[in-house]
Amino acid sequence: MITRKDVEHAAKLSQLKFGEEELNRLTKQLEDIIGFVDKLAELNTDGIEPTSSVIPVVNVTREDAVKPSFDREQALSNAPEKEMGHYKIPKIME
Amino acid sequence: MRLTELSAAELAKAIRNGETTSKDVTAAFINRIEQKNKGLNAFVSKEFDLALKAAGEYDKIPAGNSKRSSPLFGVPIALKDNMCEQGTKVTCCSKILENFIAPYDAAVVEKLKEAGMPILGKSNMDEFAMGSSTENSVYGPSLNPWDKQRIPGGSSGGSAVAVAAGLAPVALGSDTGGSIRQPASCCGVVGLKPTYGRVSRYGLVAFASSLDQIGPFARNIEDTAALLRVIAGYDPKDSTSIKEEVPDYSAFLNKSIKGMKIAIPKEYLGRGGLAPDVSGSIKSAIEIYQKLGAEFGEVSLPHTEYCLATYYIIATAEASSNLARYDGVHYGYRNKEAKTLSEMYSSTRAEGFGDEVKRRIMLGTYVLSAGYYDAYYLKAQKVRTLIKRDFDNVFKNYDCLLTPTAPTPAFKLGEKIADPIQMYLSDIFTISVNLAGVPGISIQGGFSKEKLPIGIQLIGKPFKEGELFKLAYAYEQAALWTKFRPPETV
Repeated sequence: MITRKDVEHAAKLSQLKFGEEELNRLTKQLEDIIGFVDKLAELNTDGIEPTSSVIPVVNVTREDAVKPSFDREQALSNAPEKEMGHYKIPKIME
Repeated sequence: MRLTELSAAELAKAIRNGETTSKDVTAAFINRIEQKNKGLNAFVSKEFDLALKAAGEYDKIPAGNSKRSSPLFGVPIALKDNMCEQGTKVTCCSKILENFIAPYDAAVVEKLKEAGMPILGKSNMDEFAMGSSTENSVYGPSLNPWDKQRIPGGSSGGSAVAVAAGLAPVALGSDTGGSIRQPASCCGVVGLKPTYGRVSRYGLVAFASSLDQIGPFARNIEDTAALLRVIAGYDPKDSTSIKEEVPDYSAFLNKSIKGMKIAIPKEYLGRGGLAPDVSGSIKSAIEIYQKLGAEFGEVSLPHTEYCLATYYIIATAEASSNLARYDGVHYGYRNKEAKTLSEMYSSTRAEGFGDEVKRRIMLGTYVLSAGYYDAYYLKAQKVRTLIKRDFDNVFKNYDCLLTPTAPTPAFKLGEKIADPIQMYLSDIFTISVNLAGVPGISIQGGFSKEKLPIGIQLIGKPFKEGELFKLAYAYEQAALWTKFRPPETV
């Protein structure tokens, strides 16, 4: 059972915000979807290993060598705001 | 015959023999896009100048040069709008990426360039590949060329429409839960989701990283096989791509399928909601395959009824994490009125993402959040193990599975948009394939009473795409559905 409070909390964690009407609609929709996925609870999965990837995932290492990569201008090429070679953001504190 | 009616293999042959050039072929498709795209909305960005310039350069490569040995040399292609092509717009059909210019090439784009394939532009899709109809695109839906009142399927709907309507001979899409196969079924073309790890995901905008895979769209099996050859292979830049040799898939075509074993999963055909015309197309496919010498058996995939729930937990959890990067700082849309950083994040994301994307981010965040992780996310990962085992067990005794691709032919625009669960059910037969990581192909399986295409799906063992092509080609040649094309009324 998902409550309006759960939805508000998830919105905060997701860095999203919603109007009143949207929150009500979303609560109802997520309630339906969670009700649907709750089906998994009926299945016994004791002793079953979880699958996070279907292939064996191993750490891949490489030589610590300098290779061509983006220069500063390329890295900043899509930045919504930039200044003096840096990303520019609004104030981080009140 | 018009150039745009030829298959990709025929075009490549004509270019190879000097009967035409890459530039003439590319120009012919551009001309057709100019005529038809307005009525179909298959392409959301056109890259005609770049395509013609590339084609002209490929034409200058002398005969005998190894670059020309690529099976589709000179043949133009459409790219789903979630693959990076340096210097061009890649938006995922989302407002949040409306101005994004890719600073590098995806691995598949590098391979297309090496293979001499000009890129015509980007094709329409559901925002961030989340949807089954293209109705979630910020550019509006693509329309099904068989009936413009209907959806083309999704999320790679634009690529499917482009190929079906002859706006491109081949296209690339991406498939997380059916996003190549379901639109292929709706539009009457071939669509393949390769084995997880067969094609590099480097430069593909991530949706659910453990499920996403890039794959080809084409009008026939021969072209599909040729295009997979071009894009497949290990890539050091994608640690989930696999070091497994890429065979010459064309060598699998035109071979006898006598004695091959095909499994029919009883859970797929027994379920409600399956349109009678769709089960009819499976019955007639079984008859044709039996005449060709294949053997059939009924099998059980006992965890089928849990696939959709498992998928919507895992895919949304991964998406909520992957889409955290859209923060208005590094690239994409930003709300410029916000006075503080935290306000900027939330208003940027609230304004930049559409409803379905937000719904999935919320669901994914919820199932990963403290107190719910074990009950939902970890539980779903365990069920995923059981689902994968179901497939492993079937493949001990069978070469492939035969199933419908989608429960119904293309539905009407607007029919399911207000009901997320109804929309999710469009992928009921395709999502298990992504969860298990195996390859699946949708091929033309006939038509409904309303003259809408119906796809049938073959599911194979990991890295055995060649066997799928062998079976698919045998059916294609016997059934001849490929000779039917959408009406020229758009």
